[in-house]
Amino acid sequence: MSDTPILSVTDLQKTFGAVTAAKDINVDIPSGQIVGVIGANGAGKTTFVNMVTGYLKPSSGIIKFRGEDITGIAPRLAVHRGLTRSFQVSQVFMTLSVRQNLLSALALARRQGGAMLMPISAPDLLQECDEIMERYKLTDVADQLASALSQGSRKLLDIAMAVVSGPKMLLLDEPTSGVAAEEKFAIMDTVMSALKATGTTVLFIEHDMEIVERYVDRVLAFFSGEVICDAPPAEALVDPKVRELVIGDTHDAGQQEELSHA
Amino acid sequence: MLGATLSDKTVRLVIIALLALAASGFFLPAWVVNNLMFGLARGAAVLGLLVLWRTGLMSFGHGLYFGVGAYSVALAEQWLGLSDFAIRILIALLAAAVVSVFLGFILRRYRDIFFAMLSLAFSMVLYGILVKTEALGSTDGFSVSQTSFFGWVPEDKLPLFVACVGVCLVLAVLVQMYLRSTLGRLTTAIRDNEIRVEYLGFSVSLAIHIKYVISAALAGAAGGMMAMALGQVDPDSMVYWTVSGELVFITIMAGPGSVLAPFIGAIIFEFLRTYAFEIAPHAWQLIVGATLLLIIFFLPGGIWSLLERIPFIRRLRHE
Repeated sequence: MSDTPILSVTDLQKTFGAVTAAKDINVDIPSGQIVGVIGANGAGKTTFVNMVTGYLKPSSGIIKFRGEDITGIAPRLAVHRGLTRSFQVSQVFMTLSVRQNLLSALALARRQGGAMLMPISAPDLLQECDEIMERYKLTDVADQLASALSQGSRKLLDIAMAVVSGPKMLLLDEPTSGVAAEEKFAIMDTVMSALKATGTTVLFIEHDMEIVERYVDRVLAFFSGEVICDAPPAEALVDPKVRELVIGDTHDAGQQEELSHA
Repeated sequence: MLGATLSDKTVRLVIIALLALAASGFFLPAWVVNNLMFGLARGAAVLGLLVLWRTGLMSFGHGLYFGVGAYSVALAEQWLGLSDFAIRILIALLAAAVVSVFLGFILRRYRDIFFAMLSLAFSMVLYGILVKTEALGSTDGFSVSQTSFFGWVPEDKLPLFVACVGVCLVLAVLVQMYLRSTLGRLTTAIRDNEIRVEYLGFSVSLAIHIKYVISAALAGAAGGMMAMALGQVDPDSMVYWTVSGELVFITIMAGPGSVLAPFIGAIIFEFLRTYAFEIAPHAWQLIVGATLLLIIFFLPGGIWSLLERIPFIRRLRHE
C-alpha cells in the first residue's frame, strides 16, 4: 500500500486546437515528497497543474490520486479527496478581511449538510482561525481587507486557505511570483515548515532556482509540454538539457561543478 | 437556537420595527394601511432580490415568482375554494419554490447580464401563457376574495395587514439567520471569487441554485400577500416586466445593507408613487425616475446607507 504513489500521471496530453500544451507526461510522486516544477513560460507547467487539480480536462491520459482515477474530476471533488492547490494570482476574497477569508475556508472545510446553516463565527472556528493565522504569520494583518495586503501576505493567505481542509497533496503555482526578493525565502520557510509538520506532499512551480535548490527533493523540468528531466535537484539543475532549455545556459562551469557537488 | 437568533441585534431591530409597524395600523387611515401592505408585499420580494444581489446577481424577471405566488392564491380559491391566510401564503411560497427548483438548473449556469435577461425571458413566457389562456383568467385575471383566518372572515383589512407584517417579520429573521450562516456567507465569497469557492470544496452552482430558490420563495410569498391585499390578480399587475422592473428599482433604492432595507425601500416607493401620481397624474414616472437618479448619485448604498449614519445601525454591519 505504501508503495502506491500518491499521484500517478500516465500519458497525459492536452491540446488546444493545433497547439499541444502537454505531451506524454508520465510521473509518479510518492507520498511526502516535495517536488519542484521548472520550465520557461509556456512550457506546460501550469497546464499540468490545472489538469491534475481538475481545472482543465486532459485531452488524453490518466491521473490517479491515491490509487483512484480522478481524470477530469471537478475541482471540488478533487478537494474532497485531499488534493488542492494555490494559484499564481492569489485567489482570495478581496472584499473580506484575512480573518473572514480564513473563517470562510474553515467553515466550508469543517461543515457539511445541515451544519452549513450554523453561524460562521462559532468559537471553535475562531480559535482554529487564530492558530492558522499564527502559523502563517498573518496575525498582524488579521483585520485587514485582502485587497489591502502586500503580495507576500496575500500569497500566504491563499496558501493558508488551501491547506485548511487538511489536504494530502498541495500544488502551488508559483508561490513566490510577484513577491519582493527579500520576502521570498521568508514566505517559503513559513509555508514549507507548516506543510512538513503535517506531512503534506507538495508540488510547486517555481522560476527561482535558489528556491528550487533549497526546498525540493525532486525536480520536474518542462519544455514544450514535455518533461525533459526528472531527477533530484543536484542532478537536474546541472543537466545540460535543463541548463540550455529551461535555465538558460550561463557557460559557468564553476557554478555547474559547485551544484553537482552540493 | 432561539436564543442565538434573538441575540442578533439586526433580528432585534427587525422585530421592534415591524411590531411598531403592526401597531401603527390600528391608528392610521385605511388608505395608508393599504399602502403599507403593498409596500410589505413588494418588500418581501425585494428581500429575495437582496439575497441574489449580495452574490453579485440581479434578476430582471422576479415578476415571474411574484406572479406564480399571486396566481397560486387565486387558483387555489378558484379550484379548491381555499381562502385561509396561512394556507394561501404557504401555497404561494411553495409554488414559487417548486418552479424555481426547475428553472434554477438553467439559470445557475449564467452570470451578470445573461442571468438577468434570462430571468426576464422566463417571466415574459409566463406572462404570454397567462394572457393567452382562458382557464388562467387571460388578460382579466381573477378576483381574490377576502382572506379568512382559521374560518374567521374579518370585515376590514387590518387583520390581513397585521398578518402580513407577521409573515414579513418571519421572512426577514429567517433571511438574516441564513445570511449569517456558513451557506449564507458564501454570498460575498461567490461574488468575490468563484474559483476559490470551488477549490474550497463547495459547488458554486449549488450555492447559487439554493439562493435562487430562497429568493423565488420569498417573491412567491410576496405575490401571495399582494394578491390578498389587492383582491385581484392579472398578468399586467403581477407578472409583466414592469413588475420585475419595480422590484429592481426598489432594490437599488433600498440598498443591500440590511434585511430591513427592502421593506423600508418598498414602503417609501409606495408612498412616493402615490404622491407622485397625486401631484402629476400624467408624469408621475418622471418624479419616481428622478428620485432613483438622485439616490444613485448621492446615496449609492441606497436609503439604508442614510440610516447607517446612526452609530447603532452602522455597528450592525460589522456584527
